[in-house]
Parts: sequence; C-alpha cells; structure tokens
Amino acid sequence: MSPLDAILDPLAFPFFIRALLASTIVGLVCAVVGSYMVLRGLAFMGDALSHSAFPGVVIAYLLKGPFYIGAAVAAVATSLAIGWVTRRGQLRGDTAIGVLFAGMFALGIFLFSRIPNYVGDLFGFLFGEILGIGDTDLIALSVLALIVLATVAVLWKELLYATFDPLGAAAAGLPVARLDYLFLALIALTIVISLQAVGIILVVAMLVTPAAIGQLVASSFTRLLAVAIAVGVLSPVAGLYLSYWLDAATGATIVLVETAIFIVALLAKRGSSVVGSARGTT
Amino acid sequence: MTFATPSPESRAPAAAPPAQTVIELRGVTAGYDGEPAVEDVDLRIDRGALVAVFGPNGGGKTTLLKLIAGLLQPWRGDVEVLGAPPARAARAIAYVPQAELVDWSFPVSVWDVAMMGRFPALGPFRQPGGADRDAVAAALDRVGMLSHARTQIGRLSGGQRRRAFLARAVAADAQLYLLDEPVTGVDVPTQEDLMDLLAAESRAGRTVVATTHDLAAASRHFERVVGMNRRVVADGDVSLLSDPDVLSRTYGGHLLVIGERGVLLDDAHHHDTERGGERHFHDEERHR
Repeated sequence: MSPLDAILDPLAFPFFIRALLASTIVGLVCAVVGSYMVLRGLAFMGDALSHSAFPGVVIAYLLKGPFYIGAAVAAVATSLAIGWVTRRGQLRGDTAIGVLFAGMFALGIFLFSRIPNYVGDLFGFLFGEILGIGDTDLIALSVLALIVLATVAVLWKELLYATFDPLGAAAAGLPVARLDYLFLALIALTIVISLQAVGIILVVAMLVTPAAIGQLVASSFTRLLAVAIAVGVLSPVAGLYLSYWLDAATGATIVLVETAIFIVALLAKRGSSVVGSARGTT
Repeated sequence: MTFATPSPESRAPAAAPPAQTVIELRGVTAGYDGEPAVEDVDLRIDRGALVAVFGPNGGGKTTLLKLIAGLLQPWRGDVEVLGAPPARAARAIAYVPQAELVDWSFPVSVWDVAMMGRFPALGPFRQPGGADRDAVAAALDRVGMLSHARTQIGRLSGGQRRRAFLARAVAADAQLYLLDEPVTGVDVPTQEDLMDLLAAESRAGRTVVATTHDLAAASRHFERVVGMNRRVVADGDVSLLSDPDVLSRTYGGHLLVIGERGVLLDDAHHHDTERGGERHFHDEERHR
C-alpha cells in the first residue's frame, strides 16, 4: 500500500470523515479555551469539571435525553459551586475543587453501577468514542463550538486583562467576577464538546497540553494562542490516522501525539537554553 | 521639600484652578471576614496631589487603596472618587498591584500591558485601532519604555516593570493612579527615577496615591503623607515622618494630635483639617 493510499483510504469511510471534523473542532476549541485556562492556573479545574460531568451524562442516559444537556448542566453547576465556595474564602480553590469533583464523579459511578442492563454506551464517555459520532452529534458539537469561540472572540481583551491582572482590571471597570464565572462556564461547555472525542478522563490533556506547548515556545499571548491552535488542530488529524493504522484507541492516540509534541518542545527548549548559556560564557 | 510650607495650597502653581476633590472618604470602616482592617477613615485628596500612605504591615494601607479603587466595599461610610462611587468613576482609576502579585512569566510584552489600559474604554465589540496604538506609543514614550515595547515583562528590571504598569495607567488616560508599594524592592537610583515620573504625572494634574513602608522613600519624594494604623493616625506634610511621636503612633499606638499642621485626630471622632477651613465637623451621629 502506497503512503498516498494509506492517507486516502480511510477517507472513504464517512465515520472517519466525521471523526476528523469533530476532533479538529474539539482540538480548536480546547486550544483556545485551554490557553486562557493555563494562564489562569485552572488546569486542575479542567480535570475536575470533566469528571463532574459524568453524573449528568448518566442521568441523561437514564432519562433517554441528549447527553449534551446532562453533561452541561452537571459541569456548569459544579463550576458555579466551586466558584461560589472559593469566593467565600474559607477554603482554598484546589480544596473546593477536590471535594466537589470527586463527589460528583462518585455520584456518576454510583448511578452507573445501579443501571441493570448493558451500559457499553456509557464507557464511550469515559474513554472517548469519536469513531462512533453521528451526524446529529456533529451538528450539536459544531453549534456549541461556535458559541464558545464567538464568546471568546468578543471578550478576548477582557478575558486577557482579567486573567493577567484581576485587581487592575476590576478597578478599571471590567466585571471581573462575572468574567470569572463566564469563563468557568466556557470550560464546562468545552468539556461537553470534547466528551465524545476523547472521553472524560483525557479531556484535560486536550485543554492543557496544546496551551502548555504554546507557553513553552511563545513569548506573546498571540503566539501562544497560534501555537496552541496549530497543535490542537493538527494532533487529532495525526492521532486519527495513527489509531487507524495501528488499530489503537483514538482518544488516547490523539492525546499521545500532543504529549509527544510537548516532550519535543520541552527538550528543544532545554537544548536551546543550554546553547544560550554556553554562548553566554564565551 | 526644603521649602515645605504650612499650607498645602501654597504648593499649587499660581495659575492652577481651584482644588478639585478627587478622593473623599467619610467615616469608612471596612475589612475582611468580619475583621475590620480600616476603621472610621476620613480622608480628602485633591487633584494633582502626590500622597504616600505609610504604616505597618496590616495597618490597612492596601485596604485603603482597594476601597478607593472600588475593589472593596465599605461596611460603613462613603467612598467617592470624582464625586461618585468608585465603580462609576472606574475609567478614571488606574490600580497597580504589588509587584509580587503579578505573574511576570505571563506571555505579554510591555506594549501588551500598556494596551490593556485601552481595553475598558473600547468595550467588548471594538478592537484596538490606530488611536489606541498612538496612545500606547505616547504612554511608553512618556515613561521611557518605548525601546522596550516588545520585551516580555519577565525580562525587565524591577524599575522597568513598574514603568510598564505606569504606562498602562497613562495609556488609560486615568486621572487617579493608585499604586501599591511602587518603590518597594528597587534600588535608590531606580526609586528616584520612578518618583520623578510620578511627580511629573502629578504636576500634569494626575492624582497619585501610593502605599509604602519605606519611610525614607516617602519623605524624599512625596508631598503629603497619610499614616495608617487601622485608623488615619497622621496626615500632613513629610515633616511628620521625622516626628518620633508620629512614628510611634503609627507603628505602635493609636491616635495623636500633630502640632503645627493642625491635624487633630482623636477618639471623639471629630476632626478639622484646618485647610482653609473648607471642611469641618462631620456628622457625628453616624457612629453606631
């Protein structure tokens, strides 16, 4: 089989095309939201919200409703609860996150274990099942992605200022508290969008890894965002093909591609700084 | 400071318009988690003033600054900036946090930081344009940072970092600069440079209020000093800082009567700043 065939063959399958579209959209949204998330120090929050979406997914399954709604309600409610507990100031943010996300995930597992019949569908949400994504899912995912991207496009300046210097931004009149809550809601929506592609357990990698790579190699926010988007959009393409050729789990392969890029960037950065210091001594 | 005169009005240029009140606090008590950090604060600061707020750690310096910035709501009393609650005057306020609260690894350049000063006035739907770029360039030029415009903020020296934030205030066209510990952690020559910049801003009609626990810096560079130890325990010109009694009150005791500047602060919660007699007793029934 020629290399060209290896690339063209899978494109004959509609499920592969849908998976390509869905995963690149997911990669794009995750990269954009993840860039702000990493700069806000909310990486752990991303992990927490994805786990807390689980009971919502299970309840939606039991009620035979769309999982998007269940996951979104559970994740947004948890994000607001975390924000509220943290703002009261008696507990550190990571403590509030730890308590609430573990509790929500446990609720999900509890409900899950009480379902008597076959629950194979639900495993897809834990580990991702992008090859099984349908046309309706793809449309719903695209609409949600558009909402998130449009919100960031409108509020990029305000989010950036409030992320960098919340006190200065609030004094200058930006509604920093409301932007904080809005951003948590954006993370929650992004997770909902990503659940089918990579699953609850690996979503955090889609959010954090591209932004982390951007942070390693870029010194301005625009470049960080550009690098994160490039990684976020190209990794799913590479990951999908690799998983197709190797017959491996798709979500995990996508995440592994991103992790590999991160390691290369880290080593290249270390290499360049060693060269830089060596030059400095001559 | 060699010609310090009894009346603060006398330092104003001859052609200056009548003093305009920029900051006014009346009977303000505020704090965190049920613990008051400042109590019963009355303070008036006029346009163009260059004021240092000094006092011990936990004395309420930053709390006072946050109240003026509208970052903290008073439990009792009123805070006004330009005659309105701080939130309504927000576009006129520039707040610069303590250097250690800033993430210096954040991927923004000096230019980006100054440009943020333009964001609140633009609002969500307008993008920065030519006028904003001109304003940022002018602001960077004014603080001497134009040649560092593209530098990531973590690569700057301590003095340059403060200039970058000052450029943001200038670019925002703020009327009131609130600076938390602007000269802490920089060497004396850098302090001199920064204070020259702040003095120039104050001469240009900007009102500058800075906290400091560096009394030497406060006495060298500011025109008026306000001592905070939960309450305003001293308020007057820099000669207060060489008064041992003032210092012991600020850093140890509570309230005092300060001699020649006629600032009287006592437990009977009435006071008279005796500045041209324009302000006298406040309504005392507000208390409890």
